[in-house]
Amino acid sequence: MIQKDLVEIRFHGRGGQGAVTAANILVAAAWKSGLWGQAFPFFGAERRGAPVVAFARLSRRRVRLHSMIRHPDVVVILDPKLPKLVNVLEGLKSGGKVVINSASKSGLGKGEYRVYCVDATKIALDLGLVLAGWPLANTSMLGALAKVLNLPIADVKEAIVEYMGKKKGEVNARAAERAYVEVSECE
Amino acid sequence: MKLVVMHLTGNYAVAWAVKLSRVKVVSAYPITPQTTIVEKISEFIESGMMDAKIVRVESEHSALATVFGAASSGVRAFTATSSHGLMYMYEMVWWSAGARVPIVMAIVTRTIGAPWNIWSDHSDFMSQRDTGWLMIFAEHNQEVLDSVIQLFRITEDPRVYLPGMIALDAFILSHTTEPVDVPDQSLVDSFLPSRRQPYTFKSGDPITMGNLPSNPRDNMKMRWDVHESLVAAKKVIMEVDREWGELTGRSYGGLIECYRCSDAKYFIIGVGAWVGDMREAVDMLRSEGYEVGLIKLRFVRPFPAEELAEVVRGGKGAIVFDRSVSAGSAGPLYLDTVAHLGALNVGVPVKNVIAGIAGVDVTYNDIAGVVRSFIEEIESKGVVSNYVEWYFG
Amino acid sequence: MSEISHILPLSKPKEGISKTGTWRLKKPVIDHSKCVKCLMCWLHCPESTIDVVESSEKFVEVNYEFCKGCGVCANVCPVKAISMVPEG
Repeated sequence: MIQKDLVEIRFHGRGGQGAVTAANILVAAAWKSGLWGQAFPFFGAERRGAPVVAFARLSRRRVRLHSMIRHPDVVVILDPKLPKLVNVLEGLKSGGKVVINSASKSGLGKGEYRVYCVDATKIALDLGLVLAGWPLANTSMLGALAKVLNLPIADVKEAIVEYMGKKKGEVNARAAERAYVEVSECE
Repeated sequence: MKLVVMHLTGNYAVAWAVKLSRVKVVSAYPITPQTTIVEKISEFIESGMMDAKIVRVESEHSALATVFGAASSGVRAFTATSSHGLMYMYEMVWWSAGARVPIVMAIVTRTIGAPWNIWSDHSDFMSQRDTGWLMIFAEHNQEVLDSVIQLFRITEDPRVYLPGMIALDAFILSHTTEPVDVPDQSLVDSFLPSRRQPYTFKSGDPITMGNLPSNPRDNMKMRWDVHESLVAAKKVIMEVDREWGELTGRSYGGLIECYRCSDAKYFIIGVGAWVGDMREAVDMLRSEGYEVGLIKLRFVRPFPAEELAEVVRGGKGAIVFDRSVSAGSAGPLYLDTVAHLGALNVGVPVKNVIAGIAGVDVTYNDIAGVVRSFIEEIESKGVVSNYVEWYFG
Repeated sequence: MSEISHILPLSKPKEGISKTGTWRLKKPVIDHSKCVKCLMCWLHCPESTIDVVESSEKFVEVNYEFCKGCGVCANVCPVKAISMVPEG
């Protein structure tokens, strides 16, 4: 489990990919692990397909801050093409972590951060998590993030089922668990 | 007591509180970022979890008129709006206060145009401060839920009998998910008595509300009574917050909440979600040796003048953060603060910082920086040179 | 808790706060022989000063204490049974 007083996380996704949902479920899962949390979207004109960001804070005490997250500890990238469109590393703390939906290489290059890859798109396709033609990678990425943050996967799975209901939740929980196992440090 | 924590946005916290308060009539017109409050209430009603009617209307003016009418006939009624919606509602805001009908309204604070802007500042809420409504500003989502329930109790107290509005910052609270303890229905029922109000419209007993007075002095006395009742509400606010604290373990100091004030020489004063960042700023400055504390004004109306004076008296300075401005003068919280501290002979320098307008993000680092310079200036020169400062970040 | 009294903007409806009959310059006079009992005058009077009496001599009468003399009744009467006569 996290040992710091405050961990700040930024999710990069596309409108409709479930970045905000992932942030919300993360906070519910963290509560089960005894942590306080807070999740919020970036407040703009969100449209399907456009790059969007969502944020989460986790802490061992009630989160008092309400300002934006400018220097995240962790960045989660739901779509491997996003680094070409936006600066996903902006403000990332030195020694920070990046979790990216990618089969092998992140393409982010070397820096003062560690990168973790998981093929969340493949997991989603394998499990039939497709909505309107889009593979839904958000819950897989949540599983991978749990591993990187050292959060118990059982809490994440429970939070997913509670959030999505039994039918949708169980398959998404399986996706999270698989990503939790498969995620590994990459270049 | 069973703790049932749900992860709720600020808007959903409002909706839950409205449901728990057994509101019977809700009317609203959709406007970002207020919309999800009424959407959630509609879901409650549709699924049978809440016994109430939603009245669809063509404007915010009609929304408050509808709620006012329903409340006049004897039921708990609620509406919510933001920014331009509140501007359009303005006439009815005065009318319902003058009529002395208890109503609760949530204001999701949003910048007023031009230009169009959906982010939070406090201009819409602060522009209501002369109307006669009780005005409370929440810092986080738990306080949102608790305050809505408290507000029903306060507005319906016979010593008060006035409507009340609760503000929460657009997106910063309204769309931010936080853990919120949602109390039991039975707990809320034991806290909220059945509906009380000064008069009720019913068939067979005709009364007229709002006729032209034959003597303007009668009308002046009505306005005086609104003012006196707001002042009298201070006592009610303290009682209600204390009682809520006994029931739930959560109270907010009633009118004001102090943080690390007891040995402080300098005071930060503010309202809204950024008070959380102010707390972090206080901790940061304390660790650097600055004797600073924070006064959160929970209520803007009634203005906690004596309560504020009591804390600040004997200090060396106060700095008021306003997220709105009375253009051509200064920030509204600052104006109230200096007027009352001055009249109550609290002779300390008070500085105004206008920040976060139009949704500009303000962090604890920004706040700490401004406060640090303020303290340094007073320590070295004894006065504030730029007493109304615009801080753009 | 003792009863709190507030100063409220309330009034109870009652007749005759202001005798508006004194405002009149012309008064409506009904020729009852022409009246067809259609109640148009009763319906349209903005001050409700036309009373239905249903006696042998007349069906309606004007309450001159409150009639302002606006002439709406004379205007709407389909048989021209009401004439507006200058006040002495």
